[in-house]
Amino acid sequence: MMTFFYISAAVALISSVLAISRSNAVHALLYAIVSLLSVALIFFMLGAPFAAALEVVIYAGAIMVLFVFVIMMISSGPGSTQQERRWMNFRLWIGPSVLSAVLIIELFAVMSPPPEPMSAKPIIESKQVGIALMGPYMLGVELSSLLLTAGLVGAYHLGKRKDDAAQTEDVTIHD
Amino acid sequence: MTSVPAEYGLILAALLFAIGLAGVLARRNIIFILLSIEIMLNAAGLAFISAGSKWGQADGQVMFIFILVMAAAEVSVGLAIVLQLFHRIRTVNSDEANTMRG
Amino acid sequence: MLDYLWLIPALPFAGFIILAVIGARIPRPVAAAIGAGSVGISALVALSIAAAFITTPPHGHVYTQLLWGWISVGGFKPDIALTIDALSLVMVLVIAGVGFMIHLYSTESMAGEKEGYSRFFAYMNLFVGSMLTLVLADNLLLLYLGWEGVGLCSYLLIGFWYKDPANGRAAMKAFIVTRVGDTSMAVGLFIIYHNLGTLQIHEVLVRAAQQWPAGSTLAIAAAALLLGGAVGKSAQLPLQTWLPDAMAGPTPVSALIHAATMVTAGVYLIARTHVLFTLAPQVQLAVAVIGAATLLLAGISALTQWDIKRALAYSTMSQIGYMFLALGVGAWSAAIFHFMVHAFFKALLFLSAGVVIDALHHERDMFKMGGLRLQLPLAFWCFLIGAASLSALPLITAGFYSKDLILWETWTSASGGPWLWAAGLAGALLTSIYAFRMVFLTFYGKPHSEAPRQIANHSGLRIRIPLITLAVLSLIGGFVQLPETLGNLPLFSEFITTALPATVAMSSTSFEGTMQYFSGSVSLFGVFIAYIFFLYNPLYARNFVEKPFGYALHCFLYGGWNFDRLYDALFVRPFVLAARANKRDVIDLLYRLIALLHIVSNHLLSAAQSGLVRRYAFGLAIGAVIIIGMVVLR
Repeated sequence: MMTFFYISAAVALISSVLAISRSNAVHALLYAIVSLLSVALIFFMLGAPFAAALEVVIYAGAIMVLFVFVIMMISSGPGSTQQERRWMNFRLWIGPSVLSAVLIIELFAVMSPPPEPMSAKPIIESKQVGIALMGPYMLGVELSSLLLTAGLVGAYHLGKRKDDAAQTEDVTIHD
Repeated sequence: MTSVPAEYGLILAALLFAIGLAGVLARRNIIFILLSIEIMLNAAGLAFISAGSKWGQADGQVMFIFILVMAAAEVSVGLAIVLQLFHRIRTVNSDEANTMRG
Repeated sequence: MLDYLWLIPALPFAGFIILAVIGARIPRPVAAAIGAGSVGISALVALSIAAAFITTPPHGHVYTQLLWGWISVGGFKPDIALTIDALSLVMVLVIAGVGFMIHLYSTESMAGEKEGYSRFFAYMNLFVGSMLTLVLADNLLLLYLGWEGVGLCSYLLIGFWYKDPANGRAAMKAFIVTRVGDTSMAVGLFIIYHNLGTLQIHEVLVRAAQQWPAGSTLAIAAAALLLGGAVGKSAQLPLQTWLPDAMAGPTPVSALIHAATMVTAGVYLIARTHVLFTLAPQVQLAVAVIGAATLLLAGISALTQWDIKRALAYSTMSQIGYMFLALGVGAWSAAIFHFMVHAFFKALLFLSAGVVIDALHHERDMFKMGGLRLQLPLAFWCFLIGAASLSALPLITAGFYSKDLILWETWTSASGGPWLWAAGLAGALLTSIYAFRMVFLTFYGKPHSEAPRQIANHSGLRIRIPLITLAVLSLIGGFVQLPETLGNLPLFSEFITTALPATVAMSSTSFEGTMQYFSGSVSLFGVFIAYIFFLYNPLYARNFVEKPFGYALHCFLYGGWNFDRLYDALFVRPFVLAARANKRDVIDLLYRLIALLHIVSNHLLSAAQSGLVRRYAFGLAIGAVIIIGMVVLR
């Protein structure tokens, strides 16, 4: 079991690093999907099969498809990749890397003492999750539905092409 | 039954979160920034799942579902903003969308 | 009848309100009727109240009418209450009576004004109402209200022709100089209230006599501060400089405010609070000395003026000096008597001078007049009567009786003496010289080369009636108080002693007659001198002035002993310099520093507002790292 864990953890880390460092948006997206899938595997290993399924269906499926749509709409051809490569230089990564390293050190410090020897834990079935969702977290579910509605309305509103208005606003922004 | 220690999951979550953070800070392309944010959110979800696994409770997965919902809403609105921005200033470079400069 | 006391000040106030609100929209005759009528009815009410007061005197010769409580803060409860006693009654009669005469005169003399006719009457009514409030006030706070009210009206009316900036400057000068005195008076009121716990005048006097021993520091401070107010209002040394400039206003204003009534408010104040001055003999002596000095200084300055109104203004200062002299030696009733007579003849002089000025198209230079007695007979006779009364020509004029009373009581009073008497006598000589100098220059001699131009002599009934009434009063007004040598009929002082103490006499009356011959002949001698210098041979005076020393002296005296320059150098210029040096206010630096701090922090924060999303994210991340670090390292 642990072997699978280490493998998928390694895949997740590597693909995440590649996802944030690729110049080609589509490649980066694919790496990200790989990362999400391997995290889904880890969910499964942690005894959360329902979460693993959701991760695959919603994250790796729906959300990433949205990204694909947007990338297809705005980045055209190899030009954008060239541009992306120009935007990325080595020095740009120093600061973020240092900051992230500090954060990791801190988080590890928080998580010490080191993990105890493993013990068997129960698998939490989707039934339990559903009962918890519809029981004590009812309010949270309702709020989530509101949030999704807001997201829907917001996306619809922002996504509308207001051609005339956009034309005039173009001018005001570029002047 | 499972035998993967939850703490390992937490460590992995921390690493993924840091990678995502580096991506957010380093990339200029807004799409990559959003992608990095997704990685960070995913890491947070992993941390919840690990904790839930550690205590054997469903609450961790519940919180993961909430994060999922939030991520979905965020991505839909965020990408809509990206489209609008691209439509207006013809770039996805976040540094050029600086008309709010004081 | 005494219940209608409140009507006396209320009527002019009502007139003021009506004229102020709708004055611009009503025809001129109506405005004039409201303006003069309200004061006229007020004068009639005052007359009938006087009749009731004299025939059936109220208990203690004082009647108080409580109108309403003003404010009540802690133990401080001043009322709006009116009090009438002999002193107030005389003041009210003069103010309302002479005020009505001057209003009547103004309805005609101001008719030539293109605009501001109803404004003029609104101000005048406000003035009369404030002045009546001042003299009827039951407590010092209400008195102070009236005091400031008349000051305001004085300011407004001096600057009545506000389109000429010089008039505005004169008005401001009058206002600011009197403000010095008013501040001193306000401090005096604070002292009185703080130490005696009341401002009700009668109570103040009673408690002061009980609590303050004669000559105590508090009594001296209170009396001196009140004297400061009186000096400012009455244009005495050292705050006298505003009065000559106040002549910038219309002539009726000069007659009413700057001759007959307002400038005598100081006299009234001192008489009203006489107990305080009796308790502070040093201050009372200062009153006498100030009066004597002012009457001499102003009398000499009056000799050099070419402007007829300025000459009259100096004469007013000089005559009020007489009143102060009388107050200072404790001759209370003599001071009030002279106030009354002075109001008559000085109003008469101003009004007839106004006729002359109007007839000559606003020419005020006496040296450009001359020989007017044939063209303006009414003005001539009235001015002559006024000048005679001013010079105190013996027996026939009212001025003789009042001035003689002052001189005699100065001589005999315990606190008077030969020196003050001599000053008064010298002043009498000066008075008759400058009075008849004005008469001779204006009405006698050859008509000036420019004079025969059109003389607009169209005095109507509304000018004649006040002139003749005041002329008659200037002649017979003195017969209410005949000295012992001449009929011994002291009606006026008997009446006044119901409100003010009688003079403390020291010497016998044996040579009062001799003194009267003396002072009478001094007046006549003054007329003779004036005749020699200004009519018989004007070259005497002219030759003197043309010598360098004479010219310098003339300029010095013409400028009123150069007090203006002195004050300019002492106060105005240092103040202006200090203000200029401190143009960028030192105190403001502190506030500017605060503003600077905010501007700097604004710049810093606005630099942080770079518009770069990644930089914001960086900030967030650093913050998170720091916070987590604090948790870890705790």
